[in-house]
Amino acid sequence: MLKKISQIPFSDTPEQAKKLDAIIAECAGDESQLMHVMQVAQDIYGYLPFEVQKKIADGMNVPLEKVYGVATFYAQFALSPKGKYAISVCLGTACYVKGSQGVLDELCTQLGIGAEECTADGKFSLSACRCIGACGLAPVMTVNDDVYGKISASDVKGILAKYA
Amino acid sequence: MDNMLNIKINNIPCTVPYGTTILEAARSIGIEVPTLCFLKDMNEIGACRFCVAEVKGARSLVAACVYPIEREGTEIFLNTEKIRASRKKTLELILSTHERKCLSCIRSGSCELQKLCHEYGIEDEGVFDGFKPHYELDTSAAHMVRDNNKCILCRRCVAACKNQDISVIGANARGIDTNIGCAYELPLGNTSCVSCGQCIVACPTGALYEKDCTRDVFAAIADPSKYVVVQAAPSIRATLGECFDMAPGTDVTGKLFAALRRLGFDKVYDTNFGADLTIMEEANELVDRVKNGGVLPMITSCSPGWIKYCEHYYPDQLAHLSSCKSPQQMQGAIIKTYIAEKNGIDPKNIVSVSVMPCTAKKFEIGRDDQNASGYADVDYVLTTRELGRMIKTAGIRFTELPDENPDAPLGQGTGAAVIFGATGGVMEAALRTAAEVITGKELENVEFTDVRGMAGVKEASYDLAGLTVKVAVASGTKNAKILMDKVRAGTADYTFIEIMCCPGGCINGGGQPTQPASVRNFTDLKALRAAALYENDKSRPHRKSHESEDIKQVYAEFLGEPNSHKAHELLHTTYVARPMFKK
Repeated sequence: MLKKISQIPFSDTPEQAKKLDAIIAECAGDESQLMHVMQVAQDIYGYLPFEVQKKIADGMNVPLEKVYGVATFYAQFALSPKGKYAISVCLGTACYVKGSQGVLDELCTQLGIGAEECTADGKFSLSACRCIGACGLAPVMTVNDDVYGKISASDVKGILAKYA
Repeated sequence: MDNMLNIKINNIPCTVPYGTTILEAARSIGIEVPTLCFLKDMNEIGACRFCVAEVKGARSLVAACVYPIEREGTEIFLNTEKIRASRKKTLELILSTHERKCLSCIRSGSCELQKLCHEYGIEDEGVFDGFKPHYELDTSAAHMVRDNNKCILCRRCVAACKNQDISVIGANARGIDTNIGCAYELPLGNTSCVSCGQCIVACPTGALYEKDCTRDVFAAIADPSKYVVVQAAPSIRATLGECFDMAPGTDVTGKLFAALRRLGFDKVYDTNFGADLTIMEEANELVDRVKNGGVLPMITSCSPGWIKYCEHYYPDQLAHLSSCKSPQQMQGAIIKTYIAEKNGIDPKNIVSVSVMPCTAKKFEIGRDDQNASGYADVDYVLTTRELGRMIKTAGIRFTELPDENPDAPLGQGTGAAVIFGATGGVMEAALRTAAEVITGKELENVEFTDVRGMAGVKEASYDLAGLTVKVAVASGTKNAKILMDKVRAGTADYTFIEIMCCPGGCINGGGQPTQPASVRNFTDLKALRAAALYENDKSRPHRKSHESEDIKQVYAEFLGEPNSHKAHELLHTTYVARPMFKK
């Protein structure tokens, strides 16, 4: 699936910038460390926005397109930030046959975003995941560490209200 | 390990040097192994698996393009049922996501995929049809279109871009979503693409092509209120024949001008005039910079791809660029001022067309400050390929045309102008004139051979009446970078540098006829085409720009002298720093 590029404006703290600068300085000159730098950058920011990829490209002296190519090839890299509340809907076999796609669709409608996206206010992000090992509760969704089981699309509004 | 190995290909015994690829070994005994992704020295990734071969003892089929022969007695088979089946399946799989609009495709007839489908007898192009991604055309750049619906993901364009050390395109995403594009899905026009078009001539299919203006030019010719003037660049005469299956390196100067006249242009000119004019202005600018402590080294400004590269990548070094417009733009300026005045034509009614080896020229005509008469110096740029298509559309049997000359007074170029089309040519032309300006004496030998040839970076030093002139020449932006890093560091002790954007110069421009991998991988196209220009130079009565009668006439009647106020107004320009990305 093509990754969604976040339209949320990028901002970072001096500490984040300092950490990113440090890992780039440590690995500059060794192109084989590109993925490592990107992994650390994602740990720092939670995703890889344009500004961060550009900084990595310039610092590692590789074309930005190469950084972007790697970021879009590997599933581990995200182009959208995680929200304050990260919602995850299980689309594993058990949840799927019990109707979790309908839950996901309702979440998209309620939040006005697609899967792998984040709301403009940074509050909610939405992702579809595979089995989380709670098949007995299917269909399942999680909001950060809270688990909601045996839900249907009609429950979505009420669950979201708890985090309003 | 440069020993020779005795091997067998299709049971035919032969001897090849250690490490030869199966592709090369087969070719040496007259067997062609078809390839799709492989471009010698550029894209040696063995990815498309079309060139598969059977090697006795090998576990599976191997990629002939990159498989080195390293064992005495190796037995290779290239014509087995297993290989034919594998290649056919590869084609069928490629076709399953390919937009098969062959009849309306710009590359129909020169498409490498189409040719292979024919050769391998594809019966059902839709046998593996399934999900087919759809891509919007990227028309954001001034010079070209990317149609990923026709992309076969061979990466030849990516390699060509990397070979220029630009790399604004690459493979994004994975699996069925894999597509060639720019970082952050930016349109090409928002990147530091220099418009060289090397990706286009590398593409085996119709996924990449120049923005076509043949219809506009046909329409202008058909419009009785328009005075349509055409100029053809020096290198076109060495390449246009390839559009009509003539051998690379055939000089078709006379047929080129005959064809342009038959297409119906009101005046047919030779950009050689613009090239000579460039030398007059540039050589005098150089002498002025040397005498009066101007910024050195001075760098040539003929190649719009190179200029765009400098503006993106070395915006702090723009003062080194000669202020001269390119030959195309100088000639366009003269057409809409001097020629308009001389013939009593309102420049508003002149349509100025150029035939160029170059896609960056399509970008150049839209730059600021390229309208000396108040109207665009050049209205339409046709690549060599577009001219080839127009000639075919018009039913002109090119190979049977007589030889004709361009019209006066912008027609009689010198040998110095002709060699502009090859790397080192502008330098040599400038030296021929600068040497005589500086020494005041006639040159005994006009050939400066040190700056010729296909090396990426060339250096030479000349003593001109006690003045040491150290020069450098680079072609291809990867090589330009080598010189520009020196210039930026302040360690480039050259007086004059020539840079051309495309490797080998204009003869290898992104607007030149495409040649399939089967030709590119085994022929030195650049050297053949350049040789045609150097032969043409030798045959000319005048070989120094300042000896051109046309040049003398235009200065006497119109411009005054080189670098005069009027010349500066019409023939010189300025440059701007450009960002690497526009988000």
